[in-house]
Order: sequence, then structure tokens, then C-alpha cells
Amino acid sequence: MTIFLIYSILVALTLLLIPIVHVRLKGIITLSVVFINAILSGIVVFPVLLGENFEIIFSGTLITGEIPIRIDALSAWFILIINFTIVTGAIYGLNYMKTYKNQTANISIHCIAYLLMQMSLIGICVIQNSLVFLFAWETMAFSSFLLIIFEHHKHATLKAGINFLIQSHVSILFLTVAFIWVYYRTDSYDFNSIILFSENYPTIISFGLYLFFFIGFAIKAGFVPFHTWLPYAHPASPSHISGVMSGVIIKIGIFGILRMLLLIHTDFTVLGSVILIFSVISGVYGVMLAIIQHNIKTLLAYHSIENIGIIGIGIGLGTIGIGENNSTLVLLGFGGGLLHVLNHSLFKSLLFYAAGNVYQATHTLDIEKLGGLIKSMPHTAILFLIAALAICGLPPFNGFVSEFLIYSGLFNGIENKALLNVFIFLFSILGLVLIGGLALLCFTKAFGIIFLGTARHHFHDTVKEAENGKLVPMYLIALFIITIGIFPQFFIHLLNKPIQLFTNKINQPTELISTFQLYETMQYIGLCALGFMVLTLSIFWLRAKITAKKSKIIATTWGCGYTGNPEKMQYTASSFIRSYRKLIEPLLLIKKHKIELIGVFPKNGAHKTHPLDKMEEWLITIPLKKLYFIFGKFRFIQNGNAQLYVLYGAIFITLIIAAPFLYNALLKLIEFINLI
Amino acid sequence: MISLVLILIASLFFMGIIIRTKSITSGRKGPGIFQPMKDIVRLWKKGAVYSETTSFIFQIAPSIYFASILMAVLVIPFGSYGGVISFNGDFVFFAYVLALGKFFSIIGALDTGSSFEGMGASREALYSLLAEPAFFILMGSFALFTGHTSFVDIFTSLHFGTYISYALGILATFILIMIAMIENSRMPIDDPKTHLELTMVHEVMILDNSGFDLGLILYGTHLKFAMYGALIANFFTDSFPFYISIPIFLAVQFIFAIIVGMLESFNARFRMGNNAQFIFTLTSLSLLIFFGVLLILKKII
Repeated sequence: MTIFLIYSILVALTLLLIPIVHVRLKGIITLSVVFINAILSGIVVFPVLLGENFEIIFSGTLITGEIPIRIDALSAWFILIINFTIVTGAIYGLNYMKTYKNQTANISIHCIAYLLMQMSLIGICVIQNSLVFLFAWETMAFSSFLLIIFEHHKHATLKAGINFLIQSHVSILFLTVAFIWVYYRTDSYDFNSIILFSENYPTIISFGLYLFFFIGFAIKAGFVPFHTWLPYAHPASPSHISGVMSGVIIKIGIFGILRMLLLIHTDFTVLGSVILIFSVISGVYGVMLAIIQHNIKTLLAYHSIENIGIIGIGIGLGTIGIGENNSTLVLLGFGGGLLHVLNHSLFKSLLFYAAGNVYQATHTLDIEKLGGLIKSMPHTAILFLIAALAICGLPPFNGFVSEFLIYSGLFNGIENKALLNVFIFLFSILGLVLIGGLALLCFTKAFGIIFLGTARHHFHDTVKEAENGKLVPMYLIALFIITIGIFPQFFIHLLNKPIQLFTNKINQPTELISTFQLYETMQYIGLCALGFMVLTLSIFWLRAKITAKKSKIIATTWGCGYTGNPEKMQYTASSFIRSYRKLIEPLLLIKKHKIELIGVFPKNGAHKTHPLDKMEEWLITIPLKKLYFIFGKFRFIQNGNAQLYVLYGAIFITLIIAAPFLYNALLKLIEFINLI
Repeated sequence: MISLVLILIASLFFMGIIIRTKSITSGRKGPGIFQPMKDIVRLWKKGAVYSETTSFIFQIAPSIYFASILMAVLVIPFGSYGGVISFNGDFVFFAYVLALGKFFSIIGALDTGSSFEGMGASREALYSLLAEPAFFILMGSFALFTGHTSFVDIFTSLHFGTYISYALGILATFILIMIAMIENSRMPIDDPKTHLELTMVHEVMILDNSGFDLGLILYGTHLKFAMYGALIANFFTDSFPFYISIPIFLAVQFIFAIIVGMLESFNARFRMGNNAQFIFTLTSLSLLIFFGVLLILKKII
């Protein structure tokens, strides 16, 4: 209780303090308060993760009713992830924002929004009163909107921010409808009433309720086809915000989906299949589009969609496990999904910070213009490489561990009795494999073109490595990534309680793989990762020993006889993925702009490709156009004629006054009809 | 452990047999079967030339590539004797550790800033990505068939009983051979003997490697072949005693090498544009195995 009090007072005081102090202090104050808050909430939450339960019920107000604050292992897991990413984001952001230090007012708002975001995210994890929950959700959406539009003088940024705000509110709309539905039936805002509701009504109705929640949360999480805000919002915002947004804000959608799984009782097998199919499509579609992007941050944004897909595959798998009373699937599915939540928040934030370093050094995000940065920015390059390997799910890094868990679950699940499930699992395996392969293509492209080769473009300033202030949080994350890769059993152990929440939903668990067995396998994988590192190092040592005395000649790259400047001859990002693009073209929407070379002395030949999002085109752009068309028909009403506007007003007032009479008349009419 | 030793032995002569087969079919006598290995040893002793464009990535890539193959070899079992590394789901580790090696060989090629190597890298990345699903579905079918998810358990409990299962074994062997050809960038996909950089896949990626690194990469190819050979051999060694199973293993490697040599002698390389389709066909073949397994288990019909 005291911690809550300290927490709220601290935040309130800082919010007042930030606008007053000097610009240099703003960031430092925000960072320290974010850090203190993280520690405070960590103190409360960590014992919960290990098994304690935590519940405080505030008396609340007349409108909201009692406000229960319940922290279970699931909230604890998410709060710890949120805090870690937000703290590293704040450290990185402190250094990132130095470039903008003369925009005092802007930075004040930014700092305030950052604090509010942390508070609302933690609030969402613990508050179990739907009205207050929605309030926290709205605070989160609005503060992230403010964070995104930091560079609001840019048209694209503002547009991306507004796009985000609108879609966030569509999400809130779905959630509100679902919560009102429950409130209407149970007369309580407490989350526990959702359990009551789903137990008292037939499965199909609770399934419908779940779908409402799912869509609401899926918009935030970025499941296809609700993902369209993501590729705009990420590139528009400052890098630390992109990192935090991709690391934790979209994860809060996952949290919601998991929370509702715990609360709603429905047909879990069907639900699991639905989630699984959504996730596989998200995963494959996300990475398919990621490859053809030429903006680093858009590329990373599409990768977030892919990773949400992977997390979703884990969740879907676990949900089917609940439905089938198969605790192995629950263990592997939710274990993999929850671990991937952590993993993705690590490597994705690292990738975004690296992209931020590149952006501040070169002032461009266009991959085609970059190249050879490894020589001027070696630290950023190594960090990007580690994150890239991790995101591709390659051993010995953390991404492999969670993907391995999900794979194990899928291969275990394929022995399912029901034929339909067998096919769904097969489909998921196929999807996951494709995701892995495509991610490899994507990140060899991203890393290879940005950091390797020679510069493709000459920048005005010399490209410099980022300052230590930016690199330190990045190395911290990288350390974490490697630690999870080598000691996965420890993190699986931490996940014990969160997974238990889901295993408890099974009536008669049929235990095929015990938790203990899983720890053993994890330990084994950790050892393999370590063994691989040792093996690599020993080969490298052998190589160094053998080649020490041998001659080493430095020469130009083999150019097939061409000895001129090969800079312009290098493979570019577009050419690297050309054969892939040709293959995939029928599925995607790629606008090409070509100026042919004509004549003896051709000029201005050009070939540009703009990858468009087909889903966005179908679901948003085209329906919007149709709407414009329909509403355009009513444009005559708004004709700028003042007299007519007065008339509209008069008609409106008359209608309002006449409404009761009309209502009565209608009633009489109905009575009359009934008489006949 | 036994599998590691056997694969290492097989890797010494595998490429030699391929080259010998190719020579004999084209009417030449050909070099001794240890000649490719001698070439590699010679490379290991040589100095190296590095491009001025390259960074440390180029230096570490071949070592990591080789280490990844060695790591994958450690996973392969020999009949009922598990590999050095063996756990439930180890074939996922196998595929992903190979992918790690591929990642490094691709960025190693991109590090040179050469247009040719970029081209090779792009193709290699695409082909290996397309070949991956076939392997996973193949292993998934066997996991479904045997109820196990580790190499050694799958191969120990893989008993061919019905006619359909023989067909499946043959199909699986075919798929594994084709995957081995793709992974090693051999004939139907890529011609290692081509003289034109524009039509190369793997060869063009290692244009700038020399000396010890080139030796490692080449030996890596030999190892990879022997590794896939060992995987195929596992279908046939069953649980015989050593004095039968080891000769079977060597015979399978031998026949596999001859098949590769024959394929390379009598097959023309596909057009680059058709490769993707061909590789994807493998996935549908492995789906055929999957449905076969469903048939055997009486899940359908």
C-alpha cells in the first residue's frame, strides 16, 4: 500500500516538476523517476512471479465501484519486461534526444508522456476493474500518441500519429463494447464477473465475447489484418520510442489476449485454432512484407508483426492444449509464447536503437543509401548483428530458445487425435519454417546492405560511432540476449508460475512432458549453445595459430577483371531481394515507376518500386474511398450558404422539441395497429 | 560419437568418389579419391589475400560456417547410437544451426562489396529458405509416424512394415538427396564447375576467400555431404550389430556419392528462374510423405 502511495506521489510530483526545470534536467529526472518506479514495482512484483499472490481492493467511487488491484504471475512477468525495456529506452532516449535539446516545450511533453506511458502500462497489467482499465488503456494510447508525434512539424509523422490514434480508438471501442456487454449482464465492473458471465452463458456467446476482446487487443498487438498502424507509427517516432513501442506497447495487446484467456471459459480447441491461423498469417505476411521494405524502421515494424505472429502461434498452441486437456502443449505453447514476449522485447528494442544510431549518424533510414557502416560504427554493427541473429531464431541466442519451445509443441501436437488439428499444426509448422527462412533473407539483406560493403552514398558529415551513453543500454540488452541463449532453464523456471495459471485450467491433465524434463532439455540447449561458442572459438584459435606465420596480402575485391571503383556496382537491397520479389509478386502489391532509357543519349533513366500493403489497400484505403464517395453525395448540404445553415439549425431545434410528440404519435400508431 | 567418427571418415573420400564418377562417365580416368582432400590440406597451408573492402565479418564468417556444420554433424545419430548431442527436438537445432552457418556465409559474401558475390548471396539465401520447409515436414511426418521428436528415437523406432512405408522410405531418401544437393549447391540447382560468375550460386560467394578460409569452406561442403549421407544411411542401418551396420553406412555413402556424380554427369543445370519452383516441389513431395504417414496411421480413410 505504501509503495502504491510513494509511486503515485512520485509520478505526480515529477509531472509537475518537469515543465519547470532546465531542459538538461528534464531527461535526467524522467530517467531517474522511471528507474525508481521500475524498482518499486519490481519489488512488489518479483515475489508474485515466484508464487505469492497480491491483491488490494480500493473502495473506488460511486461510478466505478470497487477497484481491485490483483497481481498474478502473468502481470508480474509482463511488468518486469515492461520495466526493463522502458528503463533501457529511457537511458537510450536521454542520449538520443540531445540533438533536439532546443525544443524545450516539446521535450517537456515528451518526458511527461513517457512517464505516463510507464504508469499506464503497469496499470493495465494490474487493474481489474473494467472502467478503470479502459481509463488506463486510453492514457496509454494517448501518451504513446504524444510520444510518436515528437517531430510533429513533419507531415508524415503527424499523419502516422493520427492514424495510430484512430486505430487505438477502434481498439478501445471493441474493448468498451465487450466490457459493457459483461457489465450489462452481471452488473459489475470487476474482472471476476467476466468469469461468471462466461460460465453462465453458452459457449458460443462467451466465444463471441472473446472475439470482441481479441479484436480489440489484436489491433494493439498488430495481428494481421489489424496491423496497418504499425508500419507508419514506428518509423515516425524517435528511435527509443519505436523500440519501446515494439518492445512493450504492442505486447500489452498480447497481455490482454492472455488475460482474457484466463478469464473466459469457452471452447478452447476452436479458439486455439482461430488464434493459430490468425498468427500464422500474421507471421508469414509480416515477414513477407518486411523483406521488400527499404526503410530500416518500416522493415523492423513489419518484423514486429511477424514476431507477434510467432508469439500468437505459441498462445494458440497452448490454447488448443487447454481444450484438449494436454498439459504438454500448454507448457510448450505458453512457455514459448511468453518467453518470446521477453525475447522479442529485447532484440527488437536493440534493433530499433541500432537503427536510431544509424539515423543520427547518417540522417537517413533508406537502406539503399547506406553501406559499409561497419567500419565507422563497429559497435552498432556488432549489436545489430547480435540482434539480427537472435530475431532470426538462430542458436546460440535467445530467439532460438522460444522458437524451439514452440516447434517442440507443434511436433508434439501433430500426434493429435483429431485430423483437423493435425492439419492446423502442419500448417503452423510450415508457417513457422517459412517465417524463419524469410527472416534470414530479410536480415542478411538488412545487415549486409547497411553495414557491409562500401558506402553507397556520400554523406555531408563524416559518419561517427554513437556515444557511449547510447551504447551502454544496448550492450546491456545484448548481454541479456546471450544470457537467455546460454541459460534458458533459468528463465523457463521463472515462467513456471505464469504457465501454471494456464495449466490450472485443465481439468484432468495428461502429463506427457513434465516441467522437469523441460528444464533438462533447456539446460541441454544452453549447453549446446555454449558448446557451439567454444567450438567456434577453438576453430578461430586454430585458424589464428595456423595462419599467424602465413602471408597476408590486402588487395581489391575480385571484380571479374574490372578494376575501377566498384562502389556503384555493388549489390543493393532491391537487387538482393529481386529474385524473391519476382517470386512473391502475385501475392503482394508493388507499384513500379519506370522511366525507360530512350534514344542515343538517354537521360534520367529510373526505376522505383513502392511496396504497398495489400491488406491495408483492401481493408482501409479502398473502403475509405467508397465512404468518401457515398458521403460525397451529401456534400450539397454543406454549401457554405449561411441562410441554409440557419435553416438546418431551425430544423434541428424543431425536431428536438417535437421529439416527445413524435414519440407519442408513434406509440399511438403502434397501439392502433395492435387494435386492428 | 561413432557417427561423428564415421562421418569424418566418409567426408575424406566422398568428394573424391563424386569426381571419380564424373570422370569415368565422361571417359576420363580421373584423380585418386583422396585428391580433393589433398587440395584442401594444401589450401590450409597457404597464405591468404583479403579484399580491402572487407571487415572482420569476412574473417570470422568461414570459421563460424564451418563450426555450424561441425555442430550439425554432432547431432546426427548412428542407428540406435545417439549423436554427441541428442535431445527431444534436436532436428530443429540441426536445421537452425545450419541456418546460422548460412547466415554467416551470406554476410561474409556481402562483406566484399562485390556485385557477383551479392548475387550469389541473394540466390543462396532464397534457395535455402525454400528448401527448409521440405526438411521440416519430412521430420514432422516421421515424428508423427514414430511418436518421437529426436533423431535417434525416430531412427530407432522407424520400422518399415507395409508397402506404403517402403514407398515413403524411398521418397524420403530422394528428398534428402535433393536437399543435400541444394544445401551444397550442386547440380540441378547450381553447377560448381561453371566458369561464368553470373551463373554461379555458391562458388561466386566464395570468390574472395583464399587460403585457410577457403579450405575450411570446401571441407565444410565435404562434411555436409557426408552428413546428409549419414542421415540417409540411418534409414537402412536399423539396429544391426556394428559389423553389419558400419559396412551398410559406408556402402550408402558410396552409393550416394555415385548418385551425385551420375546426377552431375547426366543432368543439366536448371534455368535460374526455375530453381525456386523446383525446390518448392520438394515441399509438396514431403507433403506426400506426410499424407502417406496419415494413411499408415489410418487417420484418413
